[in-house]
Amino acid sequence: MRTLHTVNKSPFEKSSLASCIRVMQPGSTVLLIEDAVFAAQSETLIRPALDKGQVYCLEPDYMARGLGSSQPVAGIQLVDYEGFVALAVEHDRVQSWL
Amino acid sequence: MKFGIVINEGPYQHQSSDSALQFAKAVLSCGHEIQRIFFYHDGVNNATRLTTPPQDDRHLQQQWTQLAQDHGVDLVVCVAAAQRRGIVDVDQMKRNGKDAHNLAPGFRISGLGQLIETAIEAERLIVFGD
Amino acid sequence: MSDELTQDDDYTDGIVKKLMYVNRRAPHGTIYALEALEVVLVGAAFDQDVSVVFMDDGVYQLKKGQDTKDLGVKNFSPAYRALEMYDVEKLYVEKESMEARNLTVDDLVVPVEVLSAHELGELMDTQDVLFNF
Repeated sequence: MRTLHTVNKSPFEKSSLASCIRVMQPGSTVLLIEDAVFAAQSETLIRPALDKGQVYCLEPDYMARGLGSSQPVAGIQLVDYEGFVALAVEHDRVQSWL
Repeated sequence: MKFGIVINEGPYQHQSSDSALQFAKAVLSCGHEIQRIFFYHDGVNNATRLTTPPQDDRHLQQQWTQLAQDHGVDLVVCVAAAQRRGIVDVDQMKRNGKDAHNLAPGFRISGLGQLIETAIEAERLIVFGD
Repeated sequence: MSDELTQDDDYTDGIVKKLMYVNRRAPHGTIYALEALEVVLVGAAFDQDVSVVFMDDGVYQLKKGQDTKDLGVKNFSPAYRALEMYDVEKLYVEKESMEARNLTVDDLVVPVEVLSAHELGELMDTQDVLFNF
C-alpha cells in the first residue's frame, strides 16, 4: 500500500519537503515538482528521502529552472508528465505536500 | 484508471494550474480517464472568461475550455468558493442580483458534494496547489 | 435535507472509502483552514470513513482562545467542536508539530489523538483518498 508523495515548494522557501520526509513511510516514493526540483541538487536536503524510498523529479520543471546542465543527486530519476501519471497509477494514493 | 484532479490556485499566480493542465493531458494521452477536475479556493479563478493574457503567452482558460470540448472533461467550480471570488454563471447572477456573469465555456458551478463524489468515484485523486 | 441524504446513499452505492483531510496551515493568514473545514462538513453527509489531520501550522487551527473581534473576520474555531455531531470523530495532531510549537492537547478546542510522524505516515498509508489544501 505505497504512497506517492509529491512536493512542489522549494525546500529553501518552505518546510514541506522536511514534513514529507518526516512522515513518509519507508518504501514510499517522492516526486519533486514545480519549485521543489531545486531539492534535487542538494545532497543534504534530499538524502533523507533517498534513504527512505525512491525519489523522482519532474523533468520539465527541472529543465525550466536552468538545472538541465547538471545531473540531479545520484539516485534521483527524471520523469516526464506521462511518467508522473504512471507513478500515480503504480501507487495506491497521492499525498500532495503543498 | 479514473482520475480526479483538484486545483487550489488561480491561473498564472501559481504554477499549479499549469501543472494540473499538463497532468490532465498526460492522463488522457496515457489512455486513462478523468472523472472530474474540481476547482477550489482561488482555483475557481481559472474559470473566468474575461482574462486577456499577453498574446505570446499561454491562454490557460482557453486550454481548459478546449479540454472540456475535445475530451468531455467535467470542469466543476465550487459554488461557495466562486461566490467569494466573483466567478458567476447566469444562474448565480440572477440568484445573487449581479449585473454580469463571467463563467467560461466548458465549466459548470456546483457544490462541494461534487468533490466528495469525485473522491468516491475516482481511483486516484491528485491535488495541485500552493 | 433527508432527500439529499437518500440521494447520496443511493449514489455511493454503499461504497465507503477512507478519506483523510490533511491540514497544514494556520488559520486566518490564508483561507485554507476555513475552506478545508467546509469540505469536511459537506463531506460528512456522505457517510465515509473520515479522518482529519492537523500538522505543521495546521495544529494552530485548533488553538483555544482565538479572538478575531479586532480583525473583523469570522472566528470559525468553534466549528471544530461541531464535527463530532457530524460523526467526524477521528481528529489527529502530529506530535512533532505540537512540540515544535510548544502546544499540548490542553491548548486545543477539541479532543484529539496525538500521533508521531511515523504513526501518521502509517495511518496515511491506509487511506484511499488524501485531501490537501
